[in-house]
Amino acid sequence: MSDTSSLREGAPTAPASPRGRLREFWTYFSENRGAVFGLWALAALVLVAVFAPLIAPHDPGHQFRDALLAPPAWVDGGRAEFLLGTDAIGRDILSRLIVGSRFSLFAGFVVVVLALVLGVTTGLVAGFFGGRVDTLIMRVMDIILAFPSLVLALVLVAILGPGLTNAMIAVALVLQPHFARLTRAAVIAEKGRDYVTAARLAGAGRGRLMFVTILPNCLGPLIVQATLSFSNAILDAAALGFLGMGAQPPTPEWGTMLAEAREFILRAWWVVTFPGLAILVTVIAINLLGDGLRDALDPKLKRS
Amino acid sequence: MLRFIFGRLWTLAPTLFGITVIAFGFVRVLPGDPILLMAGERGISAERHAELMAQFGYDRPLWEQYTDYVAGLLHGDLGLSIVTRQPVLDEFLSLFPATVELGLCAILLAVLIGVPAGVLAAVKRGSWFDHTAMGAALVGYSMPIFWWGLLLIILFAGVLEWTPVSGRISLLYYFEPVTGFMLIDSLLSGEEGAFASAVSHLVLPTIVLATIPLAVIARQTRSAMLEVLGEDYVRTARAKGLSARRVVGLHALRNAMIPVVTTIGLQVGLLLAGAILTETIFSWPGVGKWLIDSIFRRDYPSVQGGLLMVALVVMAVNLVVDLLYGLINPRIRH
Repeated sequence: MSDTSSLREGAPTAPASPRGRLREFWTYFSENRGAVFGLWALAALVLVAVFAPLIAPHDPGHQFRDALLAPPAWVDGGRAEFLLGTDAIGRDILSRLIVGSRFSLFAGFVVVVLALVLGVTTGLVAGFFGGRVDTLIMRVMDIILAFPSLVLALVLVAILGPGLTNAMIAVALVLQPHFARLTRAAVIAEKGRDYVTAARLAGAGRGRLMFVTILPNCLGPLIVQATLSFSNAILDAAALGFLGMGAQPPTPEWGTMLAEAREFILRAWWVVTFPGLAILVTVIAINLLGDGLRDALDPKLKRS
Repeated sequence: MLRFIFGRLWTLAPTLFGITVIAFGFVRVLPGDPILLMAGERGISAERHAELMAQFGYDRPLWEQYTDYVAGLLHGDLGLSIVTRQPVLDEFLSLFPATVELGLCAILLAVLIGVPAGVLAAVKRGSWFDHTAMGAALVGYSMPIFWWGLLLIILFAGVLEWTPVSGRISLLYYFEPVTGFMLIDSLLSGEEGAFASAVSHLVLPTIVLATIPLAVIARQTRSAMLEVLGEDYVRTARAKGLSARRVVGLHALRNAMIPVVTTIGLQVGLLLAGAILTETIFSWPGVGKWLIDSIFRRDYPSVQGGLLMVALVVMAVNLVVDLLYGLINPRIRH
């Protein structure tokens, strides 16, 4: 993952009204078929997560003792009631995947919100105050970025103790410097503009200047970064689950399901294949959306 | 140039300090004291506890412990592993070549496929190749590599039985490590089949570890190429009547490579993170698997040392990339 901070320069050409801006955004965005597909796929996933208990054919924790490692329905020996087969202790994989979508999406969402709030605040403070405060904050961010994200997250989880909540905190802490850098760069670019000076002269306080005057004008790159971080957060949370440091069994979190399935890979391909596929599809959808957002929010960055 | 190098080194000093503080602080911020944590659920007698506290120096003031720690680091002393009683640095260094070998092969694969694919996609923009390559890059970029590794094992080790599942070389072969790189050592050993065995063990982990960097490099190369192909000097070169191959190869590619080199440098941190997952899946005896094992064994001196070394490696590589960048592009130096 990379910051987009260094790429953003020059004045945004903002249409007059927010509605006009939104329409312009949608015109750009809807041109990108992949992005629209990503948006729909993600919306569908969110719906699945919200209504998971209603959609899931079985209780995700129920063990069907007569159907251990039953293959998917279309394979010889498969049973129609277990569409994607069952795992080693007879739990329905489809139901676990459906309920598991809640954990992955929720984890991704919480991580992004945490990282966004933390990073934007530190970035605003650093960019706005400058000087020593800025140097100190950015040095701390450099230190965090010196560690590979997964390594630092792993160690943090080792300190905090394994579990989904701690995994989310760890991943959020590791992702937030990207937001801080981005916000700082945007704030420094905006700080000298006339509208900020005008607001200051009109008597706006520091808090108001930071959050009300400047922040809304730095949103574009932040939204893009948030989308990319969303997919990263899902991948990292799943990786931690896979390594036994995230959600703990019997939670049907996708990464944790993969960890449980590892010993059966050569006997039952389906217990391994489907949870990973779920992660992959979710991450692809979010990345498509992110690419589209980047192109639409900053036409200068258009990659294609 | 020298000033540039020293300038870069100087800005790293605070980061270096911060890294040691984090590595040092890591064991101390754990709830409870380190000895109790390492003892885990088994518990420990009060005398043994006090004895160990004194032995590891945990009973002294924090700042004293920190200065001792840094003094130790300067002498290459990262402490002793609690499990094996070996110096942490020795363990790290004995396993590091395995990770480097895997990482180098992966980055090589990523560059060898990613750069040409990106160039071709940019030159044939909008073609089926462009769409296929960028679609594949999107999938690669989004890949949970721990799952990808398991899939490859199912296919190539399970169904086709082309490659082994884990390790660096078949147990049939044994020789003293010379360089630590299995590919070179197996050749040096002169044993028949050893090299082939090493290669077959290396193939799947390399593919898995290369997947994300490959996708990132292909995307970055394509966008850098597209940008450069639209520049005036490329148009001039075309207008002069130079062949398309010459324009792309000589004029465009060289300038497009500058951001790509940076991207490749940035992959090193990701590569080390990826190595943890890849090595775990393939039981590859490198520092990534060692770090995970150490965390599970509550071998905190090893985790601490590993954390520090990993951060240092990432920092060193980024420094080298930075310096190279300054060398390629004189504007950066000022």
